[in-house]
Amino acid sequence: MASIVLKRVAQGLLIVWLTTTITFFLIHAAPGEPFASLLEDPRLTDEMRAATRARYGLDRPVTEQYVRYLRAVSTGDFGDSFIHHRPVVAILGDAVPRTMLLMATALVIGFAAGIALGALQGARAGSWFDRLTGSTAVLLAALPDFWLALLVVMLFAGTWLPVSGFSTPTLPASAPMMTRTLDVLRHLILPAGTLALLIAAMVSRFQRAALIDILPSAWLRTARAKGVATRSVVFRHALRNAFLPIITLGGLAVPALLGGAVFVEATFNWQGMGSLAVQAVGDHDYPVVLAVVLLSSAFVVLGAALADVAQAAADPRQRRA
Amino acid sequence: MPALVALGDSPLAGRSWSAGRLASSLTRDPLFAAAACTLLLVALAALFAPWLAPFDPDRPIDMAARALPPSAQHWFGTDTLNRDLLSRILFGARISLAVSLLSVAVAMLMGTAWGAIAGYAGGWIDALLMRVVDAGLAIPRILLLLSIVSLWGTLTMPAIIVVLGFTGWFGASRLVRDGVRASKERDYAVAARASGATPFRVLVRHVLPHALTPMLVAATLGVGHVVVIEAGLSFLGYGVAPPAATWGTLIRDGRENVATAWWLSVFPGLALAITVLAINVLGDRLRTALGGRQLPAP
Repeated sequence: MASIVLKRVAQGLLIVWLTTTITFFLIHAAPGEPFASLLEDPRLTDEMRAATRARYGLDRPVTEQYVRYLRAVSTGDFGDSFIHHRPVVAILGDAVPRTMLLMATALVIGFAAGIALGALQGARAGSWFDRLTGSTAVLLAALPDFWLALLVVMLFAGTWLPVSGFSTPTLPASAPMMTRTLDVLRHLILPAGTLALLIAAMVSRFQRAALIDILPSAWLRTARAKGVATRSVVFRHALRNAFLPIITLGGLAVPALLGGAVFVEATFNWQGMGSLAVQAVGDHDYPVVLAVVLLSSAFVVLGAALADVAQAAADPRQRRA
Repeated sequence: MPALVALGDSPLAGRSWSAGRLASSLTRDPLFAAAACTLLLVALAALFAPWLAPFDPDRPIDMAARALPPSAQHWFGTDTLNRDLLSRILFGARISLAVSLLSVAVAMLMGTAWGAIAGYAGGWIDALLMRVVDAGLAIPRILLLLSIVSLWGTLTMPAIIVVLGFTGWFGASRLVRDGVRASKERDYAVAARASGATPFRVLVRHVLPHALTPMLVAATLGVGHVVVIEAGLSFLGYGVAPPAATWGTLIRDGRENVATAWWLSVFPGLALAITVLAINVLGDRLRTALGGRQLPAP
């Protein structure tokens, strides 16, 4: 087991390094340079332009910049934001917990709802309930996430549920902890609900298929023949085994989730990693962009690894592999 | 997340296929027929937009026509710059569809080349090329796209096609690679090699054709995916440069007026959603018809 974990870690690090490399060179291959808008200012002298470039190491050859960047990143230094003049790490420190809160809430609700719905559908495959909820899920999954988010904004604008932001800006920082927490939770409901809806739609399809796959198995027929009630067969015996593909799905859905979070965050003005990335792109602030990409790929790799571990934990047959 | 959905059980499941049987069985599937008709209508609308559109999509109608709700004259209403929304959606379909189809073509070409080389060469070349694919798949595509456009400013249409194509080939290359690996040691490939064919000829004439069937499904679902991605990029403000409108830029315009003019975001979004749904149904049915589950969603 230990050697498997070690191998996974090495593979993960390799992938994160590759994504950083790919993104770094893609950005530098693009025409234009950072600060383009800033440096074009006619009031600047050439010396001032050169000084700015030198300050951020942009006067060096790309390969040298790349080596420097890798060396800095390996010590946990992601450089300074071009726009905010703060260390990127500090900016991420604000944004990442918000994205984690949003994604974790959406994941828990989405998976719980999706698994329950999929199990009910699978247990009564072909019924009107299965058809109705099933086609709704297919429809939902085809809806572009940003458009669904926009429809939610449209529906709830003006109600007591806030459609924009992470907290009420007028709420003083001196307000009691409880009030501020509740305020954030109130802001969380709609973005997390939107994301959870999309997740539930996807998960329910997989759960349904997994359950239908497993229901005709011999050992379930045995359980039924021994007089175990249908409800118990489905929920005690079948569901446990139909769980495996869902666990894998959870780990592998991270890229789709992060992508969805970008749009949901942007639409609801949730100030997390996604909004940060979108904003940084507009500002040509590429230390921030690069850091977000690096961090997301680390999340993706971690998700895949966790899925493997969870698989092994849930399925004794895989432990020996 | 659209491409991850499985759509119930098709009546076509579990048969070996030939082109003729495929066509005849698909046409007997009502859901498939509905999806195909929808897509045909969308394609015709895009193709004949200049004749179908009741107004000029980019020219304001008159001062009084600002943000009018849907009416008999303007079926989908008008936008805040006094332009007819239906006309803009029809013309938007052209750009959205053209960009999607062409970028999927780019992606499929790249994926096929990359996957074919990796699968046929094997060994360390395969390992190296596939790690790059792993890395590509580990970055959420929208973030990869955003990081590329972060220095490009506004994109011309060819640039956006290339960028979308270059970020969309990873999954396809893995499919081709697996297909090539599965068929390169089969009798016909060995026979071709034994009779003196060059590796290139064996690969292109004898091995690749067998590896390409899954690509049909991957390409179909890929178009559905990229329509949304392109719209999303435009929605965030980094797509095709204005005044040319894609469905994404139309939804973005709608977002700014979401409280006052619902039609501006609802109708372009509906056009997008219906198209994507039809493409997903098509891809899903093709997958089931071509042999079911061994074909992964991209």
